[in-house]
Amino acid sequence: MLYYTLKRLALAALVALTVSFISFGLLYLSSDPAIAMAGETASDADIEAIRQLYGFDRPILVQYFDWLQRAAAGDLGKSYYFRTDVSALIGERLPTTMTLGVCAITFAILLSVPLGVAAAIRPNSIIDRIALFLSVMGQALPSFWFALMLIVFLSVSLRLLPTSGSDTWLHFVMPTVVLGYYAAPAIMRLTRTGMLEVLSTDYIRTARAKGLRPPVVLFKHALRNAIIPVVSLAAVQFGFMLGGSIVVETIFALHGAGFLAWESITRNDLPTVQGLILVFSLFYIVLTFFADLINAWLDPRIRIK
Amino acid sequence: MSNENIATTAVTKASIYTRFTGHQGVMIGAFIVIAIVVVALFAPVLAPHDPYHQNLLTRLIPPVWDSRGSWEHVLGTDHLGRDYFSRLIYGARISLLIGFGAALISGLIGTIMGVMAGYFGGRVDMVVTFLITVRLSMPVVLVALAVVAIVGGSLQVVISVLGLLLWDRFAVVMRSSTLQIRSMDYVAAAQAVGCSTKRILMTEIMPNVVNNLIVIATLEMAHAIILEAALSFLGLGVQPPLPSWGLMVSEGKDMMLFEPWLITIPGVALFLLVLAINLMGDGVRDITAPENRN
Repeated sequence: MLYYTLKRLALAALVALTVSFISFGLLYLSSDPAIAMAGETASDADIEAIRQLYGFDRPILVQYFDWLQRAAAGDLGKSYYFRTDVSALIGERLPTTMTLGVCAITFAILLSVPLGVAAAIRPNSIIDRIALFLSVMGQALPSFWFALMLIVFLSVSLRLLPTSGSDTWLHFVMPTVVLGYYAAPAIMRLTRTGMLEVLSTDYIRTARAKGLRPPVVLFKHALRNAIIPVVSLAAVQFGFMLGGSIVVETIFALHGAGFLAWESITRNDLPTVQGLILVFSLFYIVLTFFADLINAWLDPRIRIK
Repeated sequence: MSNENIATTAVTKASIYTRFTGHQGVMIGAFIVIAIVVVALFAPVLAPHDPYHQNLLTRLIPPVWDSRGSWEHVLGTDHLGRDYFSRLIYGARISLLIGFGAALISGLIGTIMGVMAGYFGGRVDMVVTFLITVRLSMPVVLVALAVVAIVGGSLQVVISVLGLLLWDRFAVVMRSSTLQIRSMDYVAAAQAVGCSTKRILMTEIMPNVVNNLIVIATLEMAHAIILEAALSFLGLGVQPPLPSWGLMVSEGKDMMLFEPWLITIPGVALFLLVLAINLMGDGVRDITAPENRN
């Protein structure tokens, strides 16, 4: 287990390093930050001065290592727009996004796991059909459009929920539904296949044969085994949700990291965009790292391979 | 080739045909997709008006089912007086182009990487698996938005960016299917006879993984279409005046409280197209490889 953990940790670190290099190079190669900072009325001499002041005239690798060194110490530079530290800015906005993410993944799991289990107990029954229908629909529904439709119906026609802002928990209801619904189909399908597979095994037949009550067989013997891959999928989906939060937060004007990303991109605020890409990626890497560890802990076959 | 051989191929072809026509999802999906493709191809003939022609005197006319609507503009007009039905028809071209283009680029990248990793294994496999992990760690929407914002939004840029980002599933699936095929006796036989690697890849491996490739290609096509709509909706995808469906939703957003059809119509079109492509993809997988259903 220790060997597996160390190996997995080294991989995570290498991935993080590569991601940081790509996100750095991507933005610095495709734009000239000096021109963006100087503004439209700047002369060539001004731009050149800024370039030298901030060190943009140095080779890209030198700039990258410089940036990396400071990023490792928690300094992601200053935002061009807000004129404050990017790390402070992200730290301020991240709790909202995390709250939204946790709500959304909880909603997705509460919706999809029971549905997946119910569908697996009676394949091709009406519940199975409904579950399949919902998952096919969920995959085809563009999240931004679903969000707008919810606003039109729930906020404007029925006046049930507030449309924008992040002041009360009511503000989180619609974003949670939109973001959670997007992750639900995959979790539902995996729960269903996992349960179907486990339910056809010999030990379930034995459990049934020795007269255990159906709920005990179902939840203690079957679900516990079927849920293992679902745990790692939920972690992955949670990571993807941060990316999806850009669209949702922008529509509902939730002042989280996703909304900050959209604002910074439209304002050409490169250090903030870079910092956000790094933070989102790191979050995903850490999540999948722990998901893999939990999996290896639950299923010894993984760590021996 | 003996007569018996020909007979068996004929039988399998016929049974595959009936399996396709008997599958409800595939038939519904294929019908909608073909209808949208035909509409997109014949857009200049089918569109009653010029989709770019603005007329401020005929702004925001509601669709024909509204009491204020008229048959002159079946689906009404937008905030600049452009015929909504014609824009919807031309919008199908953009969505399909994005879907095909992005799936083609990402399919090419992902298939080459996946097949190489699966066939050669060892170091090649390690590098490819690593690249897939790196790619998955990067948030697609954020990176796509940032790149489009810097390079500038145009149809070509959006297609290339999505194509360069969405290859991960191709690589994952092609790698695992190639790994399976690689251990087959006929591949070992081909190696023993002394076939070149290129020949083995092209005539032994590729024909056997192409079914999975088609399935992933359809699903990624749908994925790319939805992503383009989201990017355009956020203002960092296809730029006006192009009639992208995502852009139409975004333009109608400010008036959605008074004229909800402005966002309902392009949204439904988007939903139907993506749903139909997914139904086709899921159906093809059910038919060709039922064991991969999950």
